[in-house]
Amino acid sequence: MSVIKIVLVVVILLTAVAYTVWLERKVVGHMQNRWGPTRVGPFGLLQPAADGLKFILKEDLTPPHVYRPLFIAAPIIAVTFALSSIAVIPFGTEIRLFGLTIPMQITDINTGLLVVLGITSVGVYGIALAGWSSNNKYSLLGGLRASAQMMSYELSLGLSLVGVLIMAGTFSLRGIVESQSGHFPIWLPHWNIFRGQIVAFFVYLMAAYAETNRIPFDLPEAETELVAGYHTEYSAMKFAMFFMAEYANMVTVGCLATLLFLGGWNGPVFGPAIVRAVLPIFWFVAKVFCFIFLYIWVRGTLPRFRYDQLMAFGWKFLLPLALANVVVTALVVALRA
Amino acid sequence: MIPLSYYLVLSAILFACGVTGFLIKRNIITIFMSIELMLNGVNLSFVAFAAQWHALSGQVFVFFVMVVAAAEAAVGLAIIISVYRTRETLNVDRVNLLKL
Amino acid sequence: MLHLLLFLIFGAICVAGAVNLLVQRHPIQSALSLIVVMAALAGEYLLLGAEFVAAVQVIVYAGAIMVLFVFVIMLLNAAEEEHTAGSRVAMILGVPGVTVLGLLVAWMVVQHSNSPSVSPAALYADPTTHGAPATIGTLLFSEFLLPFEITSVLILIAIMGAVVLAQKPQHGKEEK
Repeated sequence: MSVIKIVLVVVILLTAVAYTVWLERKVVGHMQNRWGPTRVGPFGLLQPAADGLKFILKEDLTPPHVYRPLFIAAPIIAVTFALSSIAVIPFGTEIRLFGLTIPMQITDINTGLLVVLGITSVGVYGIALAGWSSNNKYSLLGGLRASAQMMSYELSLGLSLVGVLIMAGTFSLRGIVESQSGHFPIWLPHWNIFRGQIVAFFVYLMAAYAETNRIPFDLPEAETELVAGYHTEYSAMKFAMFFMAEYANMVTVGCLATLLFLGGWNGPVFGPAIVRAVLPIFWFVAKVFCFIFLYIWVRGTLPRFRYDQLMAFGWKFLLPLALANVVVTALVVALRA
Repeated sequence: MIPLSYYLVLSAILFACGVTGFLIKRNIITIFMSIELMLNGVNLSFVAFAAQWHALSGQVFVFFVMVVAAAEAAVGLAIIISVYRTRETLNVDRVNLLKL
Repeated sequence: MLHLLLFLIFGAICVAGAVNLLVQRHPIQSALSLIVVMAALAGEYLLLGAEFVAAVQVIVYAGAIMVLFVFVIMLLNAAEEEHTAGSRVAMILGVPGVTVLGLLVAWMVVQHSNSPSVSPAALYADPTTHGAPATIGTLLFSEFLLPFEITSVLILIAIMGAVVLAQKPQHGKEEK
């Protein structure tokens, strides 16, 4: 049973990653007053398939002076950890199928949030080792900058989640979503973002952009800055693995934001039994889609930070803000109890 | 099922490897990493005893050890960087003069 | 039975990583071996029912402290080790000496262990109290409040120390 779930979730995640790339190209294209992919299939929908085929068939070049074990291992590490954290993310309530009750999650660990944070922390190694093993000063600089940036923003990421944890009282992701069910009297849903964690959501958003190395924080892999940063020397399938890792990280961060701040799968449930079973998953996917659209929208709009501005922003603005949020949330929760 | 002594023997092996690394290695960063290995071995002992006596103080102490290890790693690596800047070497045997 | 097998697998990975740290000559390989040791230790902590400690081990130790080590190794461009006279003496005297000491400690532990086994009670204990973050948090803020506050001051001092020590030399020295 779990094996079927794992296979299904991984297939869906990889398809989501591929079509996030398509979505990004279309949306950024339209923002820049051009079409984006249109030729391969209707609306360019087969473009990810064509890209995948291209990556498989391209020549996989390993430059002569790289440090081979780490050169080959780094994209594997990046992709493995990017795809692993989907294991603890719940997509919806339980589904009753053929007399079995299937929870919509691969495993429900009671420290689920810590597992996701841990996997994100270890995912830095893929980038750092890729930059170093390429034996190339641009890659090394890109790798060092990326790992320093990711480590700095992990702190703000973790601290922004502490406010949510104080309010929910559990590390289990399913428990956190269930603590956000219900409505306020004025028909406003009981999501954490409306329950006072708006500052935490803002900090989480900024930290998530920096963690996934996206604009405005994508200096380590910017084309105009360091050739291509840590993935300069990578071609074909290894480069595709870094690409997949970045977009899988985006999807994971979006799922986490939905679960912690936007109420997870809570949403109006109506209709016959079969619709009721599927509707929570639909709300979850819709919210993740909105979050990813926000990611792509910011990518098309903002310029990138310079590296010292980036580090100053993370340490001198976001970290104190996240700490202040923790203190205020703890005070309010303690005074109410 | 698993006797406590198994965990303690594993902890002793890790600690012994850490001490060996500290003695035989000449690169200052590797010496530092051997110290971290020793601390990890000790952490395993703490958690094993915490599980045996159902005293969560063992696990709390592991936090303190980790915090101290983090602080020590930060300061130690800063010292290593400044030593490298002045002596141009990471080999401990070559840092043997008080004045350059 | 499964627990014993898991203990042996994680234990073997720990020992293999520790020995690899000693054997490898390039610091980056030693660092990666140490990361493997820490991850296997996190597995051991899970076997002992300490899930929060295991998660924190991965997040803090393997995910932050070791990244710092790898960062410094890459920054300083550390090369392979050279064998000097001192290191040869240390290897001839040190390795057997420490091995003897380690075996002595292990033998004493095994001799004096008449205590019951660890795992069943720890693993099947009430997960809402044993090893749970809430219980550890309560302990941290009640019984261990003073060490907690002192370690926060320690971290502050370490931050200031690291920033001052790693600064580039100031203008006075540049005139030489």
